[in-house]
Amino acid sequence: MAEKSVRDASGPVIEDRDREQAKIRRRAFVGQMIVGLLIIFLWEFLTWIGWLDSYYWSSPSTIVRTGWVAITEGTLLQDLAYTSGATISGFILGTVVGSALGLSFWWSDLYSRITEPYLIAFNAVPKLALAPVLVIMFGIGFDSKVILAFLMTVIVASIAAYSGVKNVDRDLEKMLLSLGAKRHHVFFKVVIPSSVPWMVSSLKINISLALAGTIVGEFISSRQGIGRMILYAGQILNIDLVWVGVVVLSALSIVMYLGTVWLERLLMRGRTPKS
Amino acid sequence: MSELSIEHCSKYYKKNGEPMCVLKEADMVARGGRFVSIIGPSGCGKSTLFNIIAGLSKPSEGRVRLDGRDITGESGHVGYMLQKDLLLPWRTILDNVIIGLEIRGVPKKKARERALPMLQKYGLKGFEQDHPDALSGGMRQRAGLIRTLLDDKDVILLDEPFGALDAQTRLQMQNWLLQIWSDFQKTVLFVTHDIDEAIYLSDEIYVFTPRPGRIKAKIDVGLPRPRDEKTLMEDRFLHLKRELLLMLREEREPSG
Ligand SMILES: Nc1ncnc2c1ncn2[C@@H]1O[C@H](COP(=O)(O)OP(=O)(O)OP(=O)(O)O)[C@@H](O)[C@H]1O
Ligand SMILES: [Mg+2]
Repeated sequence: MAEKSVRDASGPVIEDRDREQAKIRRRAFVGQMIVGLLIIFLWEFLTWIGWLDSYYWSSPSTIVRTGWVAITEGTLLQDLAYTSGATISGFILGTVVGSALGLSFWWSDLYSRITEPYLIAFNAVPKLALAPVLVIMFGIGFDSKVILAFLMTVIVASIAAYSGVKNVDRDLEKMLLSLGAKRHHVFFKVVIPSSVPWMVSSLKINISLALAGTIVGEFISSRQGIGRMILYAGQILNIDLVWVGVVVLSALSIVMYLGTVWLERLLMRGRTPKS
Repeated sequence: MSELSIEHCSKYYKKNGEPMCVLKEADMVARGGRFVSIIGPSGCGKSTLFNIIAGLSKPSEGRVRLDGRDITGESGHVGYMLQKDLLLPWRTILDNVIIGLEIRGVPKKKARERALPMLQKYGLKGFEQDHPDALSGGMRQRAGLIRTLLDDKDVILLDEPFGALDAQTRLQMQNWLLQIWSDFQKTVLFVTHDIDEAIYLSDEIYVFTPRPGRIKAKIDVGLPRPRDEKTLMEDRFLHLKRELLLMLREEREPSG
């Protein structure tokens, strides 16, 4: 009897976690789409019947129309390329330099002890407040935006990598040494891979920090970029165009976030994440 | 087959400003191809002794010799399996066991070719591409030992490899280890808490006192090989067991 309950015509019931998970993911995706569409419809509807003032709130359809004009007659796509280019360059630079810095602390206790307080102090500096100085130093072009995005990310990345280094299992190091390893073997075969989850955990925060850095750079002074477009639209009271900028930035932010999620998966294959 | 000798090794650590002795004047010899066990209460310096032999820590006094050559403080001369399994969680089992070969500069592909038949012969067939967290404790210990064996040293140190396993798996692993030992003809130094395990596996047993660990006795097991479950019932086995039990009990009793 009991046996019968777990069997059907096609044989025993096989528990398949992956399939169940995939099913839930699909359903969640559909649900998310529905919620998104509902919000857009509600926004459109409320501005249409006048509950929301369309002068301030614009409306989805106006935003799409204005956006289309900005693409075809304006420079929206170039601005988008400019902003995402600066953000991603700063992010990559900050992550690579920061991680290298954090990992380098493994090599010497003295060096890491001397440097650590400065790292923490620099982390406390509100980097965005330095933006005007940086624009003066590096000009109003692309470089100053990359530098800002870099400064926003580098310390977070290095602190994350350093946490990884501090958490390396000393016994793994011993095990490798007993196999005749030199320090560089330990560094490349144990220290770096075991710090990966820590480094990866900073990617998501850092991509949004990089974007914030770039936009502030563009606000301060720039000839291109979505940030400049928003500032300009605000100055001429073209609120529809401000909304276009906000929507484009949100979309960019989401795409870049998904990019880091993908990168995270790639780097964490076969491992459990460090949350 | 190499002979390992430990000559008058001691180790002191500083604790609260006072020197504290954890290992005192250990003298021992593991002749080529012998299976030698060390048994003693927790904290008596067994792992400390192994770290010294493996060259990961320097003795405060004394020397370690391999075939007469002084290897004190030099690592890489003996195989060492630490108390934990210490597999790298981001590597597959196959890639875990070849790490010693990688360090010696053997190309990955060659190393894998060499390791694969070993894994398959010694009970890890079908798990080569799994990550360590997918394996049971016993399987992980197998992988750890195969990694040590692939490093191909004549002397290997095993620090309580079966300490965390249940009794059933333990006996299975002991037989597995004996098979490997006779296949590979290594000199083995083996740490354990378990009297039965020490007698079942060894040719000789060194009994340590509690901290500071000193060698209290050396026992020749003298049970015939190959050994199997019937060995556990032999008179000689039971006699040795009683002797060792009494010896370790004495140690637990406060002596003054
Ligand atoms: N670096 C160190 N500094 C100070 N004391 C230490 C250090 N390493 C080990 N000890 C001490 O030395 C003693 C012996 O340690 P060891 O790990 O060798 O014991 P053990 O016999 O292996 O014990 P167990 O059976 O529990 O593994 C312990 O009391 C430990 O606290
Ligand atoms: Mg120990």
